[in-house]
Amino acid sequence: MRTMVTKSLSKVTIWLPYLWLLIFFLAPFFLVAKLSLSQYAIAQPPYIPAFEWADGLTGWWRDIKLLSFENYVFITEESLYWKSYLSSLQIAAVSTFLTLLIGFPMAYGMARAPSGLRPVLVMLVILPFWTSFLIRVYAWIGILKKEGLLNQFLLWLGVISDPLTILNTNWAVYIGIVYSYLPFMVLPLYANLERQDASLLEAAQDLGSTRFGAFWQVTWPLARPGVIAGCFLVFIPTVGEFVIPALLGGSETLMIGQTLYDEFFKNRDWPVSSTVAILLLLVLIIPIMLFQRSQALARENAR
Amino acid sequence: MNKTWSSFNIVSVVVGFAFLYIPILLLIIFSFNESRLVTVWAGFSTKWYAEAFSNQGLMDAAWVTAKVAFVSATLATVLGTMAALALVRFNRFRGRFLFSGMVYAPLVMPEVITGLSLLLLFVSLGMDRGQTTIILAHITFSMCFVAVVVQSRLYALDPSLEEAAQDLGANPAQAFFSVTLPIIAPAIIAGWMLAFTLSLDDLVIAQFNSGPGATTLPMKIFSQVRLGVTPEINAICTLLVALVASGVIIASLVTKFTDLQRQRNAALARQ
Repeated sequence: MRTMVTKSLSKVTIWLPYLWLLIFFLAPFFLVAKLSLSQYAIAQPPYIPAFEWADGLTGWWRDIKLLSFENYVFITEESLYWKSYLSSLQIAAVSTFLTLLIGFPMAYGMARAPSGLRPVLVMLVILPFWTSFLIRVYAWIGILKKEGLLNQFLLWLGVISDPLTILNTNWAVYIGIVYSYLPFMVLPLYANLERQDASLLEAAQDLGSTRFGAFWQVTWPLARPGVIAGCFLVFIPTVGEFVIPALLGGSETLMIGQTLYDEFFKNRDWPVSSTVAILLLLVLIIPIMLFQRSQALARENAR
Repeated sequence: MNKTWSSFNIVSVVVGFAFLYIPILLLIIFSFNESRLVTVWAGFSTKWYAEAFSNQGLMDAAWVTAKVAFVSATLATVLGTMAALALVRFNRFRGRFLFSGMVYAPLVMPEVITGLSLLLLFVSLGMDRGQTTIILAHITFSMCFVAVVVQSRLYALDPSLEEAAQDLGANPAQAFFSVTLPIIAPAIIAGWMLAFTLSLDDLVIAQFNSGPGATTLPMKIFSQVRLGVTPEINAICTLLVALVASGVIIASLVTKFTDLQRQRNAALARQ
């Protein structure tokens, strides 16, 4: 009796979350894929269904012949879309690099801080992550505006004589991304750097390395897994980012997340937005797989 | 790491934290500004808070957001904890590979895709969009974050503890509820808080899956920001930041306290 209860409990433990994810995570992707092969129509919902299970065996063959790749052709021909993809990848790459540029010295400094101070510093890196993403991005509008605080400050310093235009340019988007994703870079880097053995650096210096040489030949190669993890954690979500380009970007900013959003909410073209989503997934699948593999490797090395 | 904390290290840490905190501090400061302009200081005032509280639209949105966040965080915590247990405790079951993939994928999935795909599901199921659909959507992505948080605590857990309980006559379920659950409780609480803030924060997925009468606070803030920055929004944002920050601080104090108590108990037990 007892073992039966236990057995059914463990069955529920596995199958309840499993079923939930199958229904609410996996199944919807097939719907997106299906819709990307459908045609736009002025209706509610605004498309002609491409494939109906209810059609039965004979109906399926007819349905398959009716599937249309028109949306995919449309997307490859229309320059807006592939420009959005390329520009998202470029913006994500540049901001990942900038995040590393700020995050690495910060994580390095944290790892070398007095050991009593370190938990406080880690807590301080995590805390902004808990506060709303939207609010943190919104805060930058007041700073980057033409009559905003940054321009006022620079004018007061006398560094510039005319206010800079930063808001609604790609620079504002870079700043917003670096700001929002900095904790994702700093935390894995810190975890790596903190574990490194300081005596290795001393040994390199005893053997005649300069401080920079020792850093470059010892610390940096050892930090590679942390750098890779941090870069993926910033790069992958940034490619599909919507809020930051919507609030800080301008007319020159093209990002695929925003294109998808506009296609859906402004043009109400559900089939084309589904096609954009499927292609975005295909673009992201390589970095996601690489990330999973590097994580698995890191886990194995840790054992 | 090295004990020497060079001035370069100190400068880079200080600059990094200044970058992280100055924007939020400025946002808070200017919520107390007398002037309507958010960038020119004109004296201290709390009138924007009064204005925000008397704005019925904002208050309705805040109430919807609180309900959605509470319900979705609670259910996501249950499902996420189960998922973590399934992944750590059961090494072999059919479809384990697919399951772990589905737990990790939502963590890096762009929100626009999650939002769109769930919307299509609700449309094909014939469900009306509203609070319920937002809750279902939020459970789906936040349960995965809960699973990851709880999983890391479960991996660190010593399996011999539960075995000892079973040797002493507890059945596996009793051993789990009286031994394992109290030990992983801090991770479960942290997971709940993470799920709550994720739901509180979400704009894109809610936008796709909401219907008439179900406007959340981020949706409201977003539509107002597009019309222009006002101190009223600063006030609402400040309240949200204060709420979340105090929650996090209280939770970390509580976990610290319970950890200390457990250590004391362990020390007593050893005597």
